[in-house]
Amino acid sequence: MTKRVGMEVSIAVGEVAKLVDVDVVAVYPITPQTHVVEHIADLVADGELDAEYIPVESEHSAMSACFGSAAAGARTFTATASQGLELMQEALYVASGMRLPIVMVVANRAVSAPLSIWGDHSDVMTVRDTGWIQIFNENGQEVVDNTICAFRIAENHNVLLPVMVHMDGFNLSHVIEPILLPDEAQVRTFLPQNNYPLPLHPSKPVAMGDFAPPFIFTEARWAHEEALRASKKVIVEVWDAFAKEFGRQYNPVETYRTERAKTLLFTMGCFSETAMTSVDKMRDDGMEVGLVKLRLWRPFPFEELREAVKGADTLIMLDRSLSTGGPGGPVCSEVRSALYNQTPHPKVISFVGGLGGRDVTIKDFENIVKRGMEIAQSGSDKEFEIYGVRE
Amino acid sequence: MPKADNELTWRDLEIGGIVTTPGSAAAYRTGDWRSQRPEYDFSRCIKCGMCQMYCPEGCVKKNADGYFEADLYHCKGCGICARECPVWVISMKEEA
Repeated sequence: MTKRVGMEVSIAVGEVAKLVDVDVVAVYPITPQTHVVEHIADLVADGELDAEYIPVESEHSAMSACFGSAAAGARTFTATASQGLELMQEALYVASGMRLPIVMVVANRAVSAPLSIWGDHSDVMTVRDTGWIQIFNENGQEVVDNTICAFRIAENHNVLLPVMVHMDGFNLSHVIEPILLPDEAQVRTFLPQNNYPLPLHPSKPVAMGDFAPPFIFTEARWAHEEALRASKKVIVEVWDAFAKEFGRQYNPVETYRTERAKTLLFTMGCFSETAMTSVDKMRDDGMEVGLVKLRLWRPFPFEELREAVKGADTLIMLDRSLSTGGPGGPVCSEVRSALYNQTPHPKVISFVGGLGGRDVTIKDFENIVKRGMEIAQSGSDKEFEIYGVRE
Repeated sequence: MPKADNELTWRDLEIGGIVTTPGSAAAYRTGDWRSQRPEYDFSRCIKCGMCQMYCPEGCVKKNADGYFEADLYHCKGCGICARECPVWVISMKEEA
């Protein structure tokens, strides 16, 4: 039976590891991901989850242990955040290049210095090009659902790519939310057994992670690119199947109250929930404002994005990280470039805010929309503004 | 007949570039990296096998007469064998 429980989101993620019956968990604890790994350790120690729990000495080792596990065909899970994600970065490219179906939950957090344990999307942006599938979430339920979906996506033979499931540090990881924890039997039916096509096994020796001289490296890279692009079809199919089974639908790009809206807000991650409330308020005040939310960060959903913003004059974006010395918000930079060759396309206004755990409130989103409309009307071509910084 | 290296497309690769033929690295020609080749004066050779022990490529083998000789398909011409030979059988000569 599906239970509705009040549960810290990190604990719920740990419960998902049990629901999907992971075989191997190789992890190193780091704030704000710690409760995830502590809870899985409890589940294994208490005999509730029959898994190999590898308490490694660093995140680099965590990911490296995951290679071996996934290559042997075991269902493999890990989790990290911030500096931990940075430390495993070179290994992330290996996981995806070797096409290993590893699932990792990332409790998004700022990157030092100055030291901040609080949430933003700086860590994600440094691993943007690692060739992983990356899914963003707005609330605890979505984190739970998408962690389950992530295994079915990653292990699909037309995909075989690692998946990062993002949850904003603290805003999601540490809050207690009402969660519908799906029934174990139902999850097992939804998620067939992992069956990696060419596992490491003495009966059929294979070599993985070989070198590629110049005559074949481009082909190998392109094979990876084709696989990542093609994975979108499977991701959507898995989300549709999930909706059929569990009644909650996810899409690469989602919209909220965009009808007749000439001005659209654009967010990614948990601030979308605040932005929705803000849109409600602005709609009550007679402003025709809507919201576009990016769920699928990689592969980037170009077609769905263009469709979602069609007809809008102004797109006002809030990034939770700063591309220092560059275009400001990294998500905005990609959206701008995705729309640049479309005629007509909305004017894209970039804000950076919510850095290092600073809250962005309903009122803040109203201010951002007001300021964004001012900038749009002024014709300014300033790349971005930082929201809320004290001068 | 398998395709030549420069005819392989991205579709021909196994998933993740997995190599399914054990020992296939032996087919990879490293001999064309060489700028110097070992030359032998076997009249001095005492068949001690030091060159074989030291060869980092593992490409030195006994020939039909029992002398140790590098396989030029793999030899990268590093010259370690020439340096280590106790009776100066091997000298390194520039490749043409």
